[in-house]
Amino acid sequence: MSDTVLYALEAALNGLTVGIMYSLVALGFVLIFKASGIFNFAQGVMALFAALTLVGFQTGQVPFSHLINAAFGTSIHDFGWTMPTLLAIPATIAVMVGFAWLVERIVLKHLVNQAPIILFMATIGLAYFLEGLGDIMWGAEVKPLNVGLPQGMSRWVDETTFNLFGYGFFVDVLSLWALAIAAVLVTALVIFSQYTKQGRALRAVADDHQAALSVGISLRFIWVLTWSIAGLVALVAGIMWGSKSGVQFSLSLIALKALPVLILGGFTSIPGAIVGGLMIGVGEKLFDFFMQPIIGGATENWFAYMLALAFLLFRPQGLFGEKIIERV
Amino acid sequence: MKMTRLAALLAATLMAAPAVAQDLHFPMLNYRTGPFAPGGIPFADGYQDYLTLINQRDGGIGGLPIRMTECETAYNTERGVECYESIRGDNPLVIQPLSTGITYQLIPRATADGVPIHSMGYGRTSAVNGDVFPYVFNYPANYWDGASVAINYLLSQNGDSLQGKKITLVYHNSAYGREPIPTLERLAAQYGFTLVTIPVDSPGQEQGSQWLQIRRERPDYVLMWGWGVMNAVAVQEAANIGFPMENFIGIWWSGSENDVRPAGAGANGYTALTLHGVGTDYPLYADLQTHVIDTGMAAGAGDQIGTVLYSRGLYAAMLAVEAARTAQALAGHAQITGAEMRAGMEALVITEERLAELGLPNFSASFEVSCANHGGGGQAMVQRWDAAADRWNLITDWISSDRELIMELVAADSAAFAAENNIQPACAN
Repeated sequence: MSDTVLYALEAALNGLTVGIMYSLVALGFVLIFKASGIFNFAQGVMALFAALTLVGFQTGQVPFSHLINAAFGTSIHDFGWTMPTLLAIPATIAVMVGFAWLVERIVLKHLVNQAPIILFMATIGLAYFLEGLGDIMWGAEVKPLNVGLPQGMSRWVDETTFNLFGYGFFVDVLSLWALAIAAVLVTALVIFSQYTKQGRALRAVADDHQAALSVGISLRFIWVLTWSIAGLVALVAGIMWGSKSGVQFSLSLIALKALPVLILGGFTSIPGAIVGGLMIGVGEKLFDFFMQPIIGGATENWFAYMLALAFLLFRPQGLFGEKIIERV
Repeated sequence: MKMTRLAALLAATLMAAPAVAQDLHFPMLNYRTGPFAPGGIPFADGYQDYLTLINQRDGGIGGLPIRMTECETAYNTERGVECYESIRGDNPLVIQPLSTGITYQLIPRATADGVPIHSMGYGRTSAVNGDVFPYVFNYPANYWDGASVAINYLLSQNGDSLQGKKITLVYHNSAYGREPIPTLERLAAQYGFTLVTIPVDSPGQEQGSQWLQIRRERPDYVLMWGWGVMNAVAVQEAANIGFPMENFIGIWWSGSENDVRPAGAGANGYTALTLHGVGTDYPLYADLQTHVIDTGMAAGAGDQIGTVLYSRGLYAAMLAVEAARTAQALAGHAQITGAEMRAGMEALVITEERLAELGLPNFSASFEVSCANHGGGGQAMVQRWDAAADRWNLITDWISSDRELIMELVAADSAAFAAENNIQPACAN
């Protein structure tokens, strides 16, 4: 095999692994959109907030310490203890469930039957609020995140591909973990949605709010449940991305990577989020690989949107989305 | 009689009215929010703490207190311009835009208003030429100096020859990141190394393609012009592919604690340029402790003291204060204007003796500013990250840039700008 083919294969393999990372972010959007028809602009900020909270618990940081110190002239920063990751993760999930409950109580409850654009605008406000809250609560500095996931080159992939092709491929071990975690997450979500009472209720709400209400399904409970699951997915995405770059404000911008994934996969399909992520990941890596010598690289940001645009022209509902025909 | 009493009362009231407060206005265009806040906060804290120290310890500059005003830009160019518009009528002595984008926007405005800009180690490189940019200063060094210093450092590591070596530049795909490319291309031709440039789109959270390319091409050295999250991700990716960190060299905006801590032990040995000393082992910090920190007047949360970017903010403030002192001496009075501050900045001299007096021995390179050279001496040191000790260590003394080449490039670029904007040479006036 020629070097170019080998390098292209390596790029495609890396595209698959990074695509899974995109899918993790896109999943949160899909969950909320399926259950409530809301495009949750705050999903990226939720990933940031969840990761900030996790690090805060791990390091025993006092929330709002900057505010407390400024108001009372104190000098407190941490509790003096650290929390093991296995405890910090459930504690963070509890915070995200609390956040979901608050969102339902303060925002969504008052917007029942409002147009989708109103709900979308509400999530924009929510994103800005959460961004500021995270900043005030945990501080704006970069926080290293370590939950014990290994990073660096996978020796196994390197040796296997070397034995096969005479050239060892690079794959980040963290990406392989992301692959495994995404597989577990999607399986769990599919089982939950297909085989549990609450999951069926969630699907009923997704299909028709009024019909679901008429058979006694609590819309408010379903919304809390959906936002809680989206919070869990946001935490997973925050952990995976935060492990690479540290937890910092830029983490919220990973949501921008999810939008083309959603357009490709469809806004209502969990498998679509995965397939869309993989397509974007592989597509952008291969495009960059082949076009870099010609146009100089840095194509990844816009390529994903160009691909999404092409899909919008020919299949606006995405690969797995529901085709909506409206008679006017 | 009544009228006389009324007139007397009015006169007394007018005489008793407080005089217009005399102070020296140092505005701060900070970014404590947004994606780049982790870099903006320590700089802002260092800048503010130094000015607070001057007020608390010395009673200000030349007997006049410093008045600090803060405007949040969030590293956003439009907001930066709005900040400038809100303070331009309040006799600002010097603007530190803290962003290359904002600097570019403010150059014509501030020049027209007679407000000096100090873009320390960033901004428009050819502003070195005071003949064309009378109100813009970028001492003590600029990006082209940075490129040249990095190459001079590599020359010193390779027996003064880079013939046949391959050097890759990983850069933020913006005006800032592209700044060093022309200089590096000239240096590549001069020293016989191959230059490969790899852009990274902002913010740089995902750099898989770039580092796969680096792994394939196996350069001898990688230089980085990054900012924000791009730096941390690049250091992590370099560690992942096993690139020798000692051969990975960042510009001074890619060499803070924020950039290396997320990668943990993997970042050990990462190297970066610096415009100033590192850590708190300077006598000035004892004064800061006494007059600022212990009195509860430290800026922000007070948790950034001694970090690289805090030191940079402190350095910028020190240079601003020294320029104001020079301006007062030249003007013969304490209440100076922006135009008089500009004259002070243009006559600024930083010597080793003065640095020692300020409690910052060898913290900065010595340099002089003149009308023909608003860019200072163009020197930098090299620092290396010790992950185990969680600190930067200086590994070289001051390294000079190839000033002959830099000034040649500056002359060409500024001449083009002058021709485009019909600017008359200022130094002769």
